[in-house]
Amino acid sequence: MIIVLIAAAAVGVGVYSYRHSQGSRTDSAVAKQHRPAPDFNLPLIDGGQLRLSSYRGKVVLLDFWATWCVPCREETPHFVALQQKYGGEGLQIIGVSMDDSTDPVRTFYQQFHINYPVVMGTADVGSAYGGVLGLPIAFLIDREGRIYAKHIGAPDAAVFDKDITALLQTR
Amino acid sequence: MKTAMRFTPLILFTVCLISTQAIAQWSPVAPGRLINPEDLVKILQSSKEKPLMFQVGSHMLFLQAHIPGSEYAGPAVNESGLQQLRKRVESLPRNKFIVLYCGCCPWNHCPNVKPADDALHAMGFTNVKVLYVADNFGANWVDKGYPTTKGD
Repeated sequence: MIIVLIAAAAVGVGVYSYRHSQGSRTDSAVAKQHRPAPDFNLPLIDGGQLRLSSYRGKVVLLDFWATWCVPCREETPHFVALQQKYGGEGLQIIGVSMDDSTDPVRTFYQQFHINYPVVMGTADVGSAYGGVLGLPIAFLIDREGRIYAKHIGAPDAAVFDKDITALLQTR
Repeated sequence: MKTAMRFTPLILFTVCLISTQAIAQWSPVAPGRLINPEDLVKILQSSKEKPLMFQVGSHMLFLQAHIPGSEYAGPAVNESGLQQLRKRVESLPRNKFIVLYCGCCPWNHCPNVKPADDALHAMGFTNVKVLYVADNFGANWVDKGYPTTKGD
């Protein structure tokens, strides 16, 4: 009986530790893909439009997120750091907000000192990317406009760093 | 050795208490109020009473995919979303079978299901279940091949 209690307690503590040691960073499901990234023309939160294909020749990190999504909020500073670190080498991060309105996104943009463009996403664009049915989801797109990888959840920043470095080296 | 044995029950009790509290804390909704996707699918495919289903998270996600027959009433993280939900259910009998779901993000980070569940509980609804979506709606429902539709 005591052994059963010890085992149950150990499992509980172990699961708790696992959940909280990773914080919000879930195990990121990564899918390697090589299909062309669907092009889109979406409104920027500060006016104007952004067309994805205009970034051909750059490595693009396309991040689908929302202001109410906790893992999204936690990964934003890491994206700001990545843009700062690799922007000069050809990285362009683009945030695609799946919020229902622009106001909270503008507030978030200023609050987090985001240094990359943010557009307002649509269900059609989400569907074009295979369905954005959970957040965050990030796509890494190579210089030729092909999807290199899809990250579901918020992976460790080092994972993005590694993929971005590899893609930046290709010309 | 005897001293250690004397403290064993206390240590075990403490560890069990911490474990159960930890397990309870990471779920936004109490385990007893949850329904698993596979169980909901069985109900939907049976001749039993079908629940009234509400997606209380992202409208953008709802448009891309949702459970057939479910309605959008959110986002419950905002008061406006909760008011939409309250307004929709206010005339319903309080024993109506209702299922709430979201699937926006990993379960322990969902900001929508708890406010929605709390709101219905406060209104006196006694037969409410919350769909347990561990990772997101895509992974835990759509990718499993469960019934899905799109649009408003």
